[in-house]
Amino acid sequence: MAEKMLLIGGRSSKQGTALCAGKLGEEYLDVTSTVEMNAEDMARLGLQNESRVRVWTPGGEAVLRCKSRETKDLPPGMLFMAYGPLSSRLMTGDTAGSGMPLSKNLDVEIEPVRDGGLT
Amino acid sequence: MSEDTVRVVSDATCTFCGCVCDDMVLTVDLQQHKITKSQNACVLGKAWFKEHSIEERPFALIGGREASTEEGIEAAAQILVNARFPIIYGLSDTTCEAQRVAVAIADMIGGNLDTTTSVCHGPSGIAFQGVGESTATLGEIKNRADLVIFWGGNPAEAHPRLFTRYAVTAKGMHVPQGRKDRTVVLVDVRRTASTPVADIFLQVKPRSDFEVLWALRALVKGKRVDPSIEQRTGISLAVLEDLVARMKSCQFGALLFGMGLTMNRGRHFNAGALLALATDLNEFTHFVAAPVRGHGNVTGADNVVSWQTGYPFGVNFSRGFPRFGPGEFTTVDVLSRGDADAAMIIASDPASNFPQPAIEHLKRIPVITLDPKTTITSQLAQVAFTTSTYGINTPGTVYRMDNVPITLRPAFESPYPGDEQILTGIRTRVHELLGGNRLPVDTSAASL
Repeated sequence: MAEKMLLIGGRSSKQGTALCAGKLGEEYLDVTSTVEMNAEDMARLGLQNESRVRVWTPGGEAVLRCKSRETKDLPPGMLFMAYGPLSSRLMTGDTAGSGMPLSKNLDVEIEPVRDGGLT
Repeated sequence: MSEDTVRVVSDATCTFCGCVCDDMVLTVDLQQHKITKSQNACVLGKAWFKEHSIEERPFALIGGREASTEEGIEAAAQILVNARFPIIYGLSDTTCEAQRVAVAIADMIGGNLDTTTSVCHGPSGIAFQGVGESTATLGEIKNRADLVIFWGGNPAEAHPRLFTRYAVTAKGMHVPQGRKDRTVVLVDVRRTASTPVADIFLQVKPRSDFEVLWALRALVKGKRVDPSIEQRTGISLAVLEDLVARMKSCQFGALLFGMGLTMNRGRHFNAGALLALATDLNEFTHFVAAPVRGHGNVTGADNVVSWQTGYPFGVNFSRGFPRFGPGEFTTVDVLSRGDADAAMIIASDPASNFPQPAIEHLKRIPVITLDPKTTITSQLAQVAFTTSTYGINTPGTVYRMDNVPITLRPAFESPYPGDEQILTGIRTRVHELLGGNRLPVDTSAASL
């Protein structure tokens, strides 16, 4: 069963240092394919660190790995991921006449990916 | 080791982020062509210097085939002159000298010119035009600011030395005790590595920045704000009133804002509300506002494009004169609509960072890239140049995020040409092929 959440894209130290090594490098691809999620949300969805989730918007979808964050750091219903190729897949091309596509506070749907397929 | 093998470059400049720290002391292994030590650099700067050594790559790739820089210049010029709607994009990680040549090429080919500002602080640029900017240099903030408010950003991870060099712990003329003399406020929708730095943390509800800013404006002007503001924004009226009292009574306040405002719903309205708040506060004290910029010379791109065309980004030359059009001539829009038929991407990676419809169109058209590294965009390019790295190998000028120009002091030479050199070659060849500026298409007959 998919849930609706709010995704915030942003920078992180690891993303920044991995970027310097190269965007095709393992470290960059790893840090930009990880989504941080509230620990209570993860427990409710039966997820653990490194569990895979499918996240999608009207713009596209991405399969990401989870990383747990405490409620004081990331409120329930909120996700964070570092900017990268996968976060870009979730943006739409509509800039509302501004030139800027939204990449923060995106309405996303999310569901766990179990071995052997989606549940 | 002797001076032939090791060089120490002092007062070098880090161009990773918009702080453009110019107090680096770099130790360079000249035989290995790499920087082995970068004193004074933050974690991002250390990675920037460590990872930009000389890589064995072709000077250019044309359709995947190895080629010389000169062959690449010919192929790139042919693409640009044969296109009907060529776009030039990127420019935030190169020197002002290279940016200037890129503008000249865009003018010559009647093309579209845009920088990464459009997907960064472009909305702030729009807001500047709407409400103005009460601003200051980082030096003034360092020496004077006793109240610093960070809004919608995470400098601890994105601009680490903004705290230590300028705005939090730095000791200044009128804040001699540094951190002890300052009140630091952070406004964000989540706790980040920056939060512990703040005296006051306002965790606003997502998509309510504009409402918080407008409530603060009302309170500054002595208007009544309903306590229900807390249900909407997550911030109580008492907290807002306390912040307003601090803002009105400080000696020198600074609002430093990030992309939490501009990449969010409301975009330029959010940035405009913050800029207007700073202006309002000048009735009571000295208050400034400034965007915290990401790339090393994105501010230079704004300056160069502005002084050459009159506009900071999203400029189109197809009618023979510059026109400004956010939403029309900004690159995400041009590509998502499928308008462009060729693209020259300078020091940027839109195939990684843009929305999917824009990337899909980029895959359909001939692309030219200039980049020191292989990127997702360079992999889909028809012509991909390998360049030297600005600041590390290439001299020139960059603008710090507060519009202060800084001269680069390179650490070691690269066998690869800089962006300016390649772009100058392309400009010369385009000029030969076109015989001057391309004349705009006369549509008057068609419109009759």
